[in-house]
Amino acid sequence: MRPTAPLILAAAATVLVAGSLTACGSGSRSDPDTVRVVYNRSTDNNVRFKDQFLESMKKEFEKAHPGKKIQLVPIQAPDDDYATKAQQMMRSPRTAPDLVYEDTFRINSDIEAGYLRPLDAYLAKWPAWSHFVDTAKAAAKAGDGKTYGVPDGTDTRGLWFNKRLFAKAGLPADWHPRTWADVLDAARTIKKKVPGVIPLNVFTGKAPGEVAVMQGFEMLLYGTGDNPLYDPAAKKWVAGGKGFKDALDFVRTVYGEKLGPDPSDALDANINTTVGTELLPESKLAIDLDGSWLGQFWLAKGTRKWPEWSTTLGQAPMPTQRGQAPGQVSMSGGWTWAIPQKSGNAALAWEFIQQLQQKENAVRWDVADAQIAVRDDVAADPAYLNSMPGIKFFTSLVKNTHYRPALPVYPQVSSAIGEALESVTSGDSTPAGAAKSYDDQLKSITGGAVVDRTG
Amino acid sequence: MNTGGGADTATGGRRRPVRWLPLAPATLLLLLFLAGPICYCVYIAFTNMQLTGSSHTDFVGLANFRRALSDERFRNAVWLTLVFTFVSSVVGQNTLGLALAGLMRRASRTVRTLTGALVITAWVLPEIVAAFLLYAFFRREGTLNAVLDLFHLPGQNWLFTLPILAVSFANVWRGTAFSMLIYSAALAEIPEEITEAAEVDGASGWRAVWHITLPMIRRSIGTNLMLNTLQTLSVFGLIWAMTRGGPGDRSQTLPVFMYDQAFTKSLIGYGTAVALLLLLVGSLFSVVYLRLMKVEV
Repeated sequence: MRPTAPLILAAAATVLVAGSLTACGSGSRSDPDTVRVVYNRSTDNNVRFKDQFLESMKKEFEKAHPGKKIQLVPIQAPDDDYATKAQQMMRSPRTAPDLVYEDTFRINSDIEAGYLRPLDAYLAKWPAWSHFVDTAKAAAKAGDGKTYGVPDGTDTRGLWFNKRLFAKAGLPADWHPRTWADVLDAARTIKKKVPGVIPLNVFTGKAPGEVAVMQGFEMLLYGTGDNPLYDPAAKKWVAGGKGFKDALDFVRTVYGEKLGPDPSDALDANINTTVGTELLPESKLAIDLDGSWLGQFWLAKGTRKWPEWSTTLGQAPMPTQRGQAPGQVSMSGGWTWAIPQKSGNAALAWEFIQQLQQKENAVRWDVADAQIAVRDDVAADPAYLNSMPGIKFFTSLVKNTHYRPALPVYPQVSSAIGEALESVTSGDSTPAGAAKSYDDQLKSITGGAVVDRTG
Repeated sequence: MNTGGGADTATGGRRRPVRWLPLAPATLLLLLFLAGPICYCVYIAFTNMQLTGSSHTDFVGLANFRRALSDERFRNAVWLTLVFTFVSSVVGQNTLGLALAGLMRRASRTVRTLTGALVITAWVLPEIVAAFLLYAFFRREGTLNAVLDLFHLPGQNWLFTLPILAVSFANVWRGTAFSMLIYSAALAEIPEEITEAAEVDGASGWRAVWHITLPMIRRSIGTNLMLNTLQTLSVFGLIWAMTRGGPGDRSQTLPVFMYDQAFTKSLIGYGTAVALLLLLVGSLFSVVYLRLMKVEV
């Protein structure tokens, strides 16, 4: 056996490795009467808004189109894994769905990969498209000027705070921090006066994925100055940015001074669900830098019924670093419905998008999922405006909101930011060290297309 | 591989294709489903294929490999892989398996059955179930801290403070049964007379183990080490479920690093190149073990 053993072992190891890389689901070509719809199901088994909404849309659609079928294909996974799975499915005509729910920050990357097909021919003939606001229309537009997705809502971000805990700490119920220092001071006061409570949550680390990068880091970064991540004039990414280090330093302060959740909890992939369903409703968290959609957890049909939230919680805009104009910052994103290039059934899939976006359905969806409307007719609808306390506040943030650089490499940049956050939060590296290693990664990700703002 | 026997050559080469015929379907399937993907993988490792962000794939030569070797995080992953393999496989599973097998030979039948059943249960459990059991054992509100608390010892979040040791322990817990079974079989093969003769000559205890038992099961030790090592090198689910390679990169072994690059960062080409390098590490280990065995023969 001896001479051949290394070969056999090498072969065995190769098979293991190869197997793990090529494992793919198999599926058969869909039939022309069925629309396969892929979407992300919440990892929390109690959150089923999307499933219920799509289920009712499916019924309505099948009734209106006899003989046609909607096949819902939920993928229950954290967002990063959902994207990977959807991308793998779209690679091959055998597995490509007919309709896919895409985060706007990934859509350009998938367009570049040739996974999606342009919808301009359909949109031109669709009256409802004129109701969509321009920023939303731009979200799914590629470098080639074509539009590849129909957005169904957006979101904004700000500070949520618990007025009862604030009262105990002697802080005002109409809290309105002007600078980062104000936010940290309030957190320190809480830590001193209300022990046993987490003063401030800022999402961080690798495991929560884009949740940490966008709700956490970029809410800080975009408060440090203009275009801190990407320079649109130079068409280059920003390396050696001072704002980048300052934002990391803020995170280091939060976790170093133990103002945030325990790092081992903060670095858990499900922290955003924990915050929404446990920490906030149980008054274990005083300030939360989070999104406009939190109310969906606590509505009558939500996961965690909590009728008192509208009186217990207050909202404040996230301030810029030193209070520089415009004084507040917000980030926006949102999801779109897109049709894969390899779909065998695009026309019928488009029919289903239209059905989802009939005005009353669009209102229903934005209300159910606590979305900020992207259509003027929906935004003016009383059902939308009265759907949730705080919706006016979060809609008001839209004027100062930022969208992430919608470029194909953004998901990789985002992943590198997650690593910088993680190493600072766990104490493995200093903000300067983490920023340096981000710069190195950025250069390799973008093939050197960076402007260096060091010094 | 068949160099041909005398009988074959006597009847001429005509019968040979016929003899291969029954094997043809199997060979074809092997080529299609085994060799095919492997060759494809090797090809991908030399390209810049991405899961998203780029529609075209170019041949980039050795760029992925150069990138890996100059990547600090790759080197970190190699180092952690070596630590993980050495601690959990070479030291943990191997030694513990041998000790268990030795002790069980002298134990009563009941003890033997019970221990065997327990150890093998850990082995039979699906990887992901074992991972969650050990996650529950090590986490902050977990069993280990509860036990420590009984003795008034301070607890901590082991998965956060000592992640690589926690996952190594998990692998020992899960994989020891395999070594134990191999060594039980090997020890049972040692003829009674030899052990008795050694005792008559006055060799007992550790001396007998060192001079008689270990040399006699040398081949089993080599085989076991090799299989253990290769298995441990490719452990992924256990680490992914327990720590996801974190916190930071502190438990990111090569398979986790590979997954991260290929599927989280969408760099399929680079991830595959890392997989091939992992393969290289595996073959290096195998060669070392084979050499060691050969020298002692």
